[in-house]
Amino acid sequence: MALLEVEHLRIEFPTRRGTLVAVDDVSLTINESEVLGVVGESGAGKSLTGMAIIGLLEPPGRIGAGEIRLAGRRIDTLAYEQMRRIRGREIGAIFQDPLTSLNPLYTIGRQLVETIQTHTDLGPSAARRRAVELLAEVGIPAPERRVDSYPHAFSGGMRQRVVIALALCANPRLIIADEPTTALDVSIQAQIIALLKRLCREHGTAVMLITHDMGVIAETAHRVAVMYAGRLVEIGPVRDVVQNAKHPYTHGLMGSIPVIGRGAERLTQIDGTMPRLDAIPPGCAFHPRCPHAFERCRIERPDLMATGGTSRAACWLFAEQAMPELAHG
Amino acid sequence: MAEAAQDHALAAPAAAAPLLEVEDLAKTFDVSRPWLARKLAREPRLRLKAVDGVSFAIRRGETFSLVGESGCGKSTVARLIVGLYTPSRGRIRFEGTDLGALRSRRALAPFRRRMQMIFQDPYASLNPRWRVRDIVAEPIRAFGTVNGGAGLDARVAELLEQVGLAGRDDAKYPHEFSGGQRQRISIARALAGNPEFLVCDEPTSALDVSVQAQILNLMTDLQRCLGLTYLFISHNLAVVDHVSDHIGVMYLGRLCEVAPARQLFRRPRHPYTRLLLDTIPDLTLSGRERTPVAGEVPSPIHPPPGCAFHPRCPFANGRCRSEIPALRPAAGVLVACHAVEEDRLPETVRSPASSSAGLAPARP
Repeated sequence: MALLEVEHLRIEFPTRRGTLVAVDDVSLTINESEVLGVVGESGAGKSLTGMAIIGLLEPPGRIGAGEIRLAGRRIDTLAYEQMRRIRGREIGAIFQDPLTSLNPLYTIGRQLVETIQTHTDLGPSAARRRAVELLAEVGIPAPERRVDSYPHAFSGGMRQRVVIALALCANPRLIIADEPTTALDVSIQAQIIALLKRLCREHGTAVMLITHDMGVIAETAHRVAVMYAGRLVEIGPVRDVVQNAKHPYTHGLMGSIPVIGRGAERLTQIDGTMPRLDAIPPGCAFHPRCPHAFERCRIERPDLMATGGTSRAACWLFAEQAMPELAHG
Repeated sequence: MAEAAQDHALAAPAAAAPLLEVEDLAKTFDVSRPWLARKLAREPRLRLKAVDGVSFAIRRGETFSLVGESGCGKSTVARLIVGLYTPSRGRIRFEGTDLGALRSRRALAPFRRRMQMIFQDPYASLNPRWRVRDIVAEPIRAFGTVNGGAGLDARVAELLEQVGLAGRDDAKYPHEFSGGQRQRISIARALAGNPEFLVCDEPTSALDVSVQAQILNLMTDLQRCLGLTYLFISHNLAVVDHVSDHIGVMYLGRLCEVAPARQLFRRPRHPYTRLLLDTIPDLTLSGRERTPVAGEVPSPIHPPPGCAFHPRCPFANGRCRSEIPALRPAAGVLVACHAVEEDRLPETVRSPASSSAGLAPARP
């Protein structure tokens, strides 16, 4: 059984002019010690999906339909207090900006000890020893000294390591990492990716890695889910999605990434922009920008379907064995 | 440093004289605490050398890129060149004219018109209270390149269409546009004075990848049809590889390697360049185990002595810790590294095929 199961998740925002659907009919699973990459452009709904899973959707946003189950137990309907106990203990979170995740007025040791004591039965001195261990584990040099420093004394990369240590306090089974490397410099980014991979391997923690950076996904994830305009358009093993994208959107997205050594040829460009939430076109949300769109795409919305490979894509091109060779088309 | 710039100019085929030459450019910021606090704590003044002795030349019609991590001084160089900062030392020559020697606004104006800047954040660089028409027309009015209201409107419409927007968008406000469209407006504004030289400071860093591709393609097209020269500032090596003819790699205020784009990626010389190349996530899933280099960029207020990179460099020795390496020619490129000069670096040659193969070619 999968560790996390999300089924037909729908996140909506009621407004005066009707309900905006920000995430629509998203289903995915994450297994133990698996890294699922969730990729998409700004506004695709990837962060909202992550927030819904840890129960931190900001009102008026709400789960309109669907189910979220952690190890078989339904968690989207839990009361606030019960969810608070799951958050941190079973699901950890790492956010983009490490500075806003840390309290600037407390030493990082105090923040770690507080988190550890909230979620475990350790006493003060044992919790402090555990805090030092955690800092050492995430690669902070001289942890027994740094444990009494304030967040401002750390660089961006070191702060992100502290945030990861915080997420690890209770040894959660799932970590939601929302753009964990986006605010960091490239060389630091590589360090943090290596750290996440190592922790995931050693602890058997499952990770939902939300990012817009296909490179980070390719390096880290086992499977990838691609989101567009609040919907899942493709999901499959990382190798298939990155190298042999099936959905025309994924395909265009991959082509628009500059690759070292390809020289100055033009990048593939997807014309237009992602639709706004109040103007999502009928049928397939991608059809106005899709070079392969035909009649059915404009009317009927595609569900995820088999593509002939190991990934599944929400695209009518794969409905009737009329499978064009996208990679060459 | 000065000789190095000349060497570089000589090393390149002398087809055209450089449009822009930067020689021994330096900028120091005073970051000390206020006078009284400093006196009470008996602290000395604190100076931050943001840029320290940078020299390079850009030939007409080319794209020269500066890459490096945050705090390496690349944006400061950009701002020095367009005149948003005054250099603490060094010279900036545009078509052979030393801009530092031109004191009056009037003398500088013709040069200012010919060089324009595109900023990183298209949300912050457009005045939210101005209509697009006024934003794009401002440089035209300031430089007086077009006379008459009708001519102005026609020029604005032409500029908007040139960057892929509709001419009738001119009555809208910036908030009505997406990030990519706003960056197009910034580009239209930069083009308004018919410049020859554009300084682009991270023009696509705030954009999504598919929008980034649109903007990069637009910039390439504009360069081709208007004969523009670009100074491109970015931290993204793949983007830099895509747009550049020559690349300068910066670390803590200094250039550590200047090379033609192709050579830099195929055969990086400086250990820092190698580190940067190694940090690019691998889209080909070759399973290459990357060895992330430990350590971080040191504070520019207290840079390490000698070569600024030595604390992170696996090849550093005693000389690297005490003596600052100068930018010297080495097999067609310029490198500031004692280890390269003494020839004690292991050779690494990246075949470009290894980093681009695998991805399905996205050509139609």
